[in-house]
Amino acid sequence: MPESLRKLTWPLAALAVLLLFNALLNPEFFSLHFAEGRLTGSLVDVLDRATPVLLLSLGMTLVIATAGVDLSVGAVMAMAGSISAVLLTDVGMPVLPTLLITLLASLAAGAWNGLLVSMLGIQPIVATLILMVAGRGIAQLLTDGQIIPIEGHPGFAYLGGGTLFFLPVTITIALAAALFTAIAVRYTALGLFIESAGENPTASRYAGLNVRAVRLLVYTLSGLFAGVAGLIYASDITAADANNAGLYLELDAILAVVIGGTALSGGRFFLAGSIIGALIIQTLGTTILMTQIGGQSIPAEWNLIVKAIVVLVVCLLQSAALRQILTGKGVRG
Amino acid sequence: MIRILQITIVCIFSTAVLSVDTKNSFADNKDLTVGFSQIGAESGWRTAETKSIRSEAKKRGVNLKFSDAQQKQENQIKALGAFIAQNVDAIILAPVVETGWEPILKKAHRRGIPVILVDRGVKVTNDDLYTTLIASDFVAEGRMAGDWLAAKTGGKANIVELQGTPGAAPAIDRKKGFEQAIAKHPGMKITKSQTGEFTRAKGKEVMEAFLKSGGEIDAVYAHNDDMALGAIQAIEEAGKKPGVDILVVSIDGVKPAFESMVEGKLNCTVECNPLLGPAAFDAVEQAVAGKKLPKNTIVQDKLFDQSTAKDVIDSRQY
Repeated sequence: MPESLRKLTWPLAALAVLLLFNALLNPEFFSLHFAEGRLTGSLVDVLDRATPVLLLSLGMTLVIATAGVDLSVGAVMAMAGSISAVLLTDVGMPVLPTLLITLLASLAAGAWNGLLVSMLGIQPIVATLILMVAGRGIAQLLTDGQIIPIEGHPGFAYLGGGTLFFLPVTITIALAAALFTAIAVRYTALGLFIESAGENPTASRYAGLNVRAVRLLVYTLSGLFAGVAGLIYASDITAADANNAGLYLELDAILAVVIGGTALSGGRFFLAGSIIGALIIQTLGTTILMTQIGGQSIPAEWNLIVKAIVVLVVCLLQSAALRQILTGKGVRG
Repeated sequence: MIRILQITIVCIFSTAVLSVDTKNSFADNKDLTVGFSQIGAESGWRTAETKSIRSEAKKRGVNLKFSDAQQKQENQIKALGAFIAQNVDAIILAPVVETGWEPILKKAHRRGIPVILVDRGVKVTNDDLYTTLIASDFVAEGRMAGDWLAAKTGGKANIVELQGTPGAAPAIDRKKGFEQAIAKHPGMKITKSQTGEFTRAKGKEVMEAFLKSGGEIDAVYAHNDDMALGAIQAIEEAGKKPGVDILVVSIDGVKPAFESMVEGKLNCTVECNPLLGPAAFDAVEQAVAGKKLPKNTIVQDKLFDQSTAKDVIDSRQY
């Protein structure tokens, strides 16, 4: 089995177990029906709700593959929502240029991270931490710390709540972003460059690879995807919530990448794994909300613990060292 | 932009007028330095509270040191430490969670710096560690919401609850108060309850899952308006009419909630008054003057429903 498929086994198994759990305890989870021109049901909700983290994890996978990390994606989401709210409501700009400017700003935010990392050689965790703090600050400054309602813009509301191909349009957006990324990295040499830059930047440079350009590119892309995620978040609640949009989602995105089998040390990366990781996280979230034990919901205080246990199990499943110990074959090295 | 400018100008002028008015009576406040550690600016409610305290400080000529903790207790403890090091005359604290304040409050206590808690309480072994708590009674708020729903539904309803952030005092107490109110009615029960973390997006997501997880839902009880507004969107997207098919009750009384009531979507909200500035500085002045203060100053809350929303919506400040 090729490595990319083998890597997917355990995340897929975890997702299957979660679905099986729902099949046993929450049969409603699988009920699908047609209403108001679209398919509705929890499965559709999971795909819809997973979109922001999925988008973030696409960019994050590439960043992590270069042995970096992007902590600013949640803050860039908040910025994107606030910028579009200000443009639509205060400036009175039409929807299309608003989206364009917002995405350009997100692109610039990502490029800023890329410049700090690639040109100035600042540690990725520090470089992106700056924007993580400042980005949310900018978002709050733009909106005065208030939730700005974005009403009367059907084009904007469509992004997070619209229907395309009988499904929430977010699913198409996520799919398109995933396809775009996959084609860019697997049907060109870009994927190889990223892995090479992450595996051994010095050797890559001597081999003639422009490592700086590769780094700049992945952070820029990460910023762009974060911007799209932020627009979807704001569109979903038809409001810009600078305080809560994307809060802690950078951690979920990193988690999705790690669950998907990409190592934080850089090098080989698995886009499909990250996508499954994002789906696992959202499936888990929705499962917690739907599960009733003895006619009672799971106490809210347990949410994070349940999440932690599931993540731990998935990570343990993926640990080659642990599997070797369990199968008694001894540990290498 | 112009509107913001206008408001700013009006504010500056009105403070100027007021400060002329009050100059004599508060002359000795000129030397007062007060540190205020605020949780953050996560909602319109909290921003209104911050504005109230800031403008009251300006009005009374108090030198206010403001610190925004961005929802983190560690930042609040750091801010309190800095206030103590600067030897402020008093500290106003809006604690993000109930526990973990003992060491820093002891430090303030040893220095003899009075600590006025606003809008949320803390759990400490010795009540002397803070001077007074100025807050709404969250349990009473939950009870008012529960009583209203009981009267509206004739004591029969399947209710889903959107809780606040786990561990936060308003979440704990608003849950308790509501449960007390509906305990009197055997036909009322909470069938599902999960956290919406006080945010619109989470409120919407949780409601979306509740609507699909089977069972009748007659009413939603949300611990704050933002979650209720998110839930209303989820109900609409499920093809139902919020406020009619599913009743929606919440707490806080922010302006968008009033707008939603006028539209007939939200059924009622219990106002939790954020304009605590005057009461907070009254307490500061008394504490600095060495007067004894009651441990609790309860802010009276009020319930508004669709019948009263129209009349008061224009007078809402936050």
